[in-house]
Amino acid sequence: MAQALIEALNLEVHYGGIAAVKGISFAVEEGEMVCLIGANGAGKTSTLKALARMIPARGEIHYGKERIDGTPGYDLIRKGLALVPEGRGIFARLTVAENLSMGAYHRNDTADIAVDLDKIYVMLPRLKERAAQVAGTLSGGEQQMLAIGRALMGRPKLLLLDEPSMGLAPLMVEKVFEVVRDVAAQGMTVLLVEQNAKLALELCSRGYVMESGSITVADTAANLLADERVRAAYLGE
Amino acid sequence: MMNPLKTLSRREKLGLLLIAGTLLVLPFMLATVGTAWVRITNFAVLFVLLSLGLNIVVGFAGLLDLGYIAFFAVGAYVYGLLASPHFGIHLPFWVILPIGAAVAGLAGAILGAPTLRLRGDYLAIVTLGFGEIVRIFMNNLSNPINLTNGPKGINRIDHFQIGNVNFAGTDTFFGLNFSGPIKYYYFLLVVLMAVIIINRRLKHSRIGRAWVAIREDEVAAKAAGINTRNIKLLAFSMGATFGGVAGGMFAAIQGFVSPESFILNESIMVLAMVVLGGMGNIWGVIAGAVLLSFMPEVLRYTVEPVQHALFGKMLIDPEVLRMLIFGFALVLTMRFRPAGLWPEALHRREMTENRT
Repeated sequence: MAQALIEALNLEVHYGGIAAVKGISFAVEEGEMVCLIGANGAGKTSTLKALARMIPARGEIHYGKERIDGTPGYDLIRKGLALVPEGRGIFARLTVAENLSMGAYHRNDTADIAVDLDKIYVMLPRLKERAAQVAGTLSGGEQQMLAIGRALMGRPKLLLLDEPSMGLAPLMVEKVFEVVRDVAAQGMTVLLVEQNAKLALELCSRGYVMESGSITVADTAANLLADERVRAAYLGE
Repeated sequence: MMNPLKTLSRREKLGLLLIAGTLLVLPFMLATVGTAWVRITNFAVLFVLLSLGLNIVVGFAGLLDLGYIAFFAVGAYVYGLLASPHFGIHLPFWVILPIGAAVAGLAGAILGAPTLRLRGDYLAIVTLGFGEIVRIFMNNLSNPINLTNGPKGINRIDHFQIGNVNFAGTDTFFGLNFSGPIKYYYFLLVVLMAVIIINRRLKHSRIGRAWVAIREDEVAAKAAGINTRNIKLLAFSMGATFGGVAGGMFAAIQGFVSPESFILNESIMVLAMVVLGGMGNIWGVIAGAVLLSFMPEVLRYTVEPVQHALFGKMLIDPEVLRMLIFGFALVLTMRFRPAGLWPEALHRREMTENRT
C-alpha cells in the first residue's frame, strides 16, 4: 500500500449535542482520487470541513507524516491542502482575476504565481475571458470553475472538493467534472464529496458511502457501482 | 509604489486643485457668516474621521459595529483625563493623542475578541452592548475613586498648544486673524489628509485584501490562508484607533466631555454616514459624513424662516421637522440607491480594466 496522503482516525464532529460524524476512519493515498458519497445530511460536508480544520472535531487527522488535528485551518494551504468550500465560496464582489490572486495569498513567489495563473487560464479559458468581470456575475458553473482555479493557485498537493455539482445544470456539471478529471490526471490527489453518486463513482477510483454520520461501505468505485444496495439507494435504480 | 498623482487625468488634477483651494480658504469664508459655522465644519470633519474609521470595520471587513462611538469616547476621556484640572495632569496634545489612539485600539481588540465567531445581527447586538457599557462605565466611575467625574463630565480641558500658539485664542499670521476654531480646522485638515492616505494604503494592502476576502466569504478566506481571527481583530483595532484620535481632538475642541456625548444615537449616526455614503468607498463615506453633519445644521437655520414666510407663523417645531426630513432623506436614499450615494465602483473599475 502506498503512503496515505491524508488519513482520518475516529473522526467525530458534533454540533451542540448532535453528532454529525460518528467516529469515521478513512484514507486517501497520494495521487488517488476518492469520493465520499451519501444522502443529504449524512455528514459528508462536515467530514470535509473537519479535515480542512474549518470546524472543531475530535479524532486524529494525519497529513503525510504530520498530525494536523491541532493545526489552524488557515495554515493548511501552506502545507498543500486546499479546500473548495461548499457553495463555491467565491469572493462575489471581487473580479475573477482578484479571486484567483487571493488563492495565492499565502505565497510570495511572484514570478511563479504568474506562471500558475497562465496555466489556469489555459486550462479554464472561460476565466481568462472574464478576468476583469466581477465574480458574482458569473454563472454557477463558471463560479465553480473559479473556485477550483482559486484553490489550484495555492499549488496544493491535496484538493478537497465539496459538492462541485451543487445547483448546476447537468451540462455544466459535466464540464466541471471534466475539469476535475483533468486536474486529477495531472497527478493531484483529490477527495471529492458528492451527492451525485453516479458521476462521482465514474470519476473516482475508490469511494466511501456515508450514512447518518458513519461510513457504511468502502470499496472500489467499480464495485460500488455494481453493488445492489448502493444502486438502490444512491443511483436511483 | 507608484505616485498616485501621476495616474490622474488633467481634469481630475484640476478638480483636486479646486477642492484643495476651497478647503484652504473655507474657514475664512465661513467666519464672515459666523464663527459658529467654522465650529460646525470642525465637527463635520470629526465625523468624517469617525466614518473613515468605522468604514474599516464595516466597509472593508464587513463587520457590523453598532458601538463604534465607544472608541470615540475612550479617546475623548483619555484626552480629558490627561489634560485637565481633574487630575491636575497637563500633558501636551502630541503626547496624549497617540496614547488615546493606543488605548482605543486596545479597547477595539478587547471588544473584538469575544465577537470573533459572531456575524451580522448577533455581532451588531454585542457591539451595541459594548458601546453602552463604555458609556455607563463613564457615567458611574466616580465612585469609590473619582475617575471620570460621572455624569458631570470633565471640565476645563486644555486646548492644543504648539509652541507659543494656543488654540484657545486668536492669533494673527500674515495679517489674517486665526481664531481658535480656525486653527483647529487646519489641524483637523492635516489629520484628515493623513487618515485618508492611511485608509487608501490599507485598502490596497495585503491586509486590505484579507479584509475584503473575509467580508465576502469567511470560510474561503480561511482556506486561502488568511488568519481570519487576527485579521478581524486588526480591523476592530484599526477602526478604534481612528475613533480614539478623533475623540481626543473632540475633547480639546469642546473643552468638556461627558457621557452624554456618546449615546447610541451617535453610533447610529456614524453608521448612517458610512452606509449612506457608500460602504467601502473612502470618498463616498466622506461625502456621507459631510452631508449628514451639515444637513441638520442647515435645516436648523432654514426651517423656521421658511415656515414664517409660507404661513406667517411657525406650525411645526423645527427640531421635530429636522428629524422628520432627516429620516425621510435616509429612507429615500436606501430606496433608490441601496448601495449608498457613492458606492464602491465595481463596474466602473471593470470597464477601465477592460480598456487597458
